[in-house]
Amino acid sequence: MARAAGKETVAVGEIVDAAVDRIMITERQAPRVLDNLEALGVQKLRMAKDKVVIIFDHEVPPSKITSANAQKRVREFFTGKVTLYDMNVGICHQVLSEKGHVAPGMLIVGSDSHTVTNGAFGAFSAGIGLTEATGVLLTGKIWLRVPPVIAVEMSGRMSDRVSPKDAILYLIGRVGADGAQYKGLEFRGTGAREMSIAGRMVMSNMSVEAGGKAGIFEADEKTLAYLSPRVSEPLAPVRSDSDARYEKVVDIDLAGLAPQVACPHTVDNVVPVDNVTGRKIHDAFLGSCTNGRLEDLEIAAEILKGRQIHSGVRMVVAPASTETYLAAMRNGTLETLIEAGAVILNPNCASCASMHMDILADGETSISSTNRNFRGRRGSRESEVYLASPATVAASALAGCIADPRAC
Amino acid sequence: MLLIKGNAWVFGDDVSTDDIAPSVYLTQYLPPEKLKEIAMEGIDPGFYKKFHAGDLIVAANNFGCGSSREEAPMALKSLAVGVVVAESFGRIFYRNAINVGLPVVACPGISERVANGDSVSVDLETGRVTIEKTGEILQGEEKPEFLLDILRKGGLLEHLRQTVVPELMAE
Repeated sequence: MARAAGKETVAVGEIVDAAVDRIMITERQAPRVLDNLEALGVQKLRMAKDKVVIIFDHEVPPSKITSANAQKRVREFFTGKVTLYDMNVGICHQVLSEKGHVAPGMLIVGSDSHTVTNGAFGAFSAGIGLTEATGVLLTGKIWLRVPPVIAVEMSGRMSDRVSPKDAILYLIGRVGADGAQYKGLEFRGTGAREMSIAGRMVMSNMSVEAGGKAGIFEADEKTLAYLSPRVSEPLAPVRSDSDARYEKVVDIDLAGLAPQVACPHTVDNVVPVDNVTGRKIHDAFLGSCTNGRLEDLEIAAEILKGRQIHSGVRMVVAPASTETYLAAMRNGTLETLIEAGAVILNPNCASCASMHMDILADGETSISSTNRNFRGRRGSRESEVYLASPATVAASALAGCIADPRAC
Repeated sequence: MLLIKGNAWVFGDDVSTDDIAPSVYLTQYLPPEKLKEIAMEGIDPGFYKKFHAGDLIVAANNFGCGSSREEAPMALKSLAVGVVVAESFGRIFYRNAINVGLPVVACPGISERVANGDSVSVDLETGRVTIEKTGEILQGEEKPEFLLDILRKGGLLEHLRQTVVPELMAE
């Protein structure tokens, strides 16, 4: 934040005027951003084309005329003015780093709250609204208050079939939906360093569910190995000061962690899976910016290989990006899932926020690898959503009810 | 303009932006008159029918948590909510509210002292919140001048229109 504000140091609580390195907008918010620009009579953006990334992911391909028209308008205005990824690339928070628009130390904002995902790469990355985004497009800057930081010290090794989704659900359950309100989360310790890039993205992604402004992992060799082939600029990691002061330290022993489930209707309503095994499900969703990556699809395929999902369950899979989709296709993962009875969608947000495919009916229960389970989040107000890891989702699809992935 | 008085509708902790503007409506790109009708539908269906223009919303912790959807403060603005006073807010909702010209004030202690229908007045400039039935005055957050400026102008768009757009047009 100091670098972005052109200062040597900044203090907690200080308000800075920060230059924005990257702004991301999805096709969901872009029509209203365009309404704003038209209301202001502005045709030209102040931010350069390579700093503004617009990604089509929420309702693609469009399933209604109003959406098709809105998307057409966005395409027509923004093509040539920004870096635009149309509907054949993937979910915004996966695409931004896959395509090399994220680097350690950057200051990134996005008109979607899960923009925090980029913190996995050692960037400061936060969600903003669409009018705020309009302001950024026209000024290249944003005001931010420097947050206090909570250190999340992770140690030990997760057991088989326990994954970073379980760790972040556990943390949110422990600190609560406002436990990190206005604060940064810094994920540290051997547990953080040993975590894959995909795993780090899961944890950073859900920082916002505890109210977090940012959720950061220090950039290390894993970060550079992932980004270097994708990023054209030289990469310079930002490390925490050795004498950094944290407001609080939360310790997580990963070795002792059981699979976790967030029960209806809040994300912090978290319990170990054993508390809810046996609850009947109608839908199992695997995908989203939280858990739609190759390792997520692979663990589900490992559990479902040669078996059939329960006759009472619909399983829907949406890989997070075309790159993921192709990799899963080529290594047999998608074939395994299809043969087990799953439906594979194009990479898109699907019904994570009831905007597209796989809507829940009245009285239905879903177990989902997504990030929010508010009432009505995935369809009917009379439906229920349990949030869980990909392994738990797959084990449950097999059983026809919520099931412990360690036991199948 | 920054002195607001009205009758309160009281909510609890962790009212999400899904509660305020349910997900299912977002790709319908509803205009203001339609957004008004879905305001608070996730937690209180039909809220717009009983709400009177100028009434206030009072809430406990973390009001507006979750998704960054600006349709949430837009819906409350369409409903003509005078101000939202809460123990605390989700950060993105807080910023979005100011940006669309919906006054918001964080005020510790408010949620225990107000019941549905109570009259409350709010001085946005000082952050002071008065509970009319008892005369008690609570000290809410004092905003930096640049945020008060945006609220006085009615939102960020108007601020951009006055400051940034003339510069851009001249370039």
